[in-house]
Amino acid sequence: MEQHARILKILQRVSGKQVNPGQNESLFASGLLDSFALTDFVSGLEEEFGVTIPDSDLSARKFDTIVKVDAYLSAKTK
Amino acid sequence: MAYIRAFGSYLPSRRVRNEELATLVGAAPEWILSATGIEERRYASAEDTVAGLGLQAAQACLNKAGVAAEELGMILCASGSSERFCPGPASQIAAELGLSATPVLDIPVASCGSLIGLAVAAQLAAHAGRVLVLGAEIMSRCIDLSPEGKDTAILFGDGAGACLVDANTGFARIADFQLHTDGTAAEILKIEQGRNHQNRIHMDGRSVILQACRKIPRVINELFERNGLTAGDPGTYLLHQANQNLIMRVAAALQAPEERFFINLRRCGNTSSASLLIAADEWHRSQNGTPSAPIVFSAFGAGLNWGALLAVPSP
Repeated sequence: MEQHARILKILQRVSGKQVNPGQNESLFASGLLDSFALTDFVSGLEEEFGVTIPDSDLSARKFDTIVKVDAYLSAKTK
Repeated sequence: MAYIRAFGSYLPSRRVRNEELATLVGAAPEWILSATGIEERRYASAEDTVAGLGLQAAQACLNKAGVAAEELGMILCASGSSERFCPGPASQIAAELGLSATPVLDIPVASCGSLIGLAVAAQLAAHAGRVLVLGAEIMSRCIDLSPEGKDTAILFGDGAGACLVDANTGFARIADFQLHTDGTAAEILKIEQGRNHQNRIHMDGRSVILQACRKIPRVINELFERNGLTAGDPGTYLLHQANQNLIMRVAAALQAPEERFFINLRRCGNTSSASLLIAADEWHRSQNGTPSAPIVFSAFGAGLNWGALLAVPSP
């Protein structure tokens, strides 16, 4: 499964919605992720992609859109 | 050695329910309750001062302990919302208690301030004898009661808490503590002085929750590992009362029983540095007899500062 699809799978699981947001659509402004769902989303990314997201990267703006999450994970896993 | 001898607290009389805030910030009362666990909070009057609230908590604590102000070796006062930066409220509280030579120290740290105070008091007790730790806040003057300020306006309330740390006697011994600071994330939660010398809180709530959900369980586990404890061993968890959902997240992360986390958010809201000691006072008053299991204190807030403190029942 490609990275984008795996990110979407986690987003759908933690938001409880079968959504497919636009690449640059804010996951917060659209109401898909509140503060606590964001925490689950970040933990879900760590599990799915086998990465550790350090405290220094725990900023909501890094996970605001699918594009940002995609780019972040690509940088982490390359 | 340092012991926790008594707690005290003070809440202003004015109750501000979610219904009153709802129209100002443009949020439904039910949503405020579900997002925060808060139903009402207290607001100080226009005449109140941070030092005035702190004084009330100080007197309540000293009365419970049966200790005169003159017997104190030091006073520490945490506040992120004091009207004046220097001198802060500690010296004014000491003066109001009739003290003119007892050393005092302000801790200008918001939510984690009283936990830092307890840790510092534990170290100073051997020299000072009795250290009165205070957290006093008028957060209602730091928020923006408009839709733009909704995220912080729904959380905060006013109040003060106190704890007497004694080198020789108390119901629980401070066994260990761990404090941390990460200034690289300072911008996500800060109180700055704006126009008209008014303090204003700025919070990136999502990032704060992300950080707190990791850091609080981690620092509590540091204490457990050092002291050979597991999450099921403490009888009580006293956390900074920031948000009920956050406290439940911490319980889940630690795999600790939720019912051991004392929560008064519903009635008090988030009173920043005061919240830990107000909760501790209310918890202690609710107890029949002395505690028989370890007590964990923990807080997280602007700085970022966070930490945990372990107290064990006195023999």
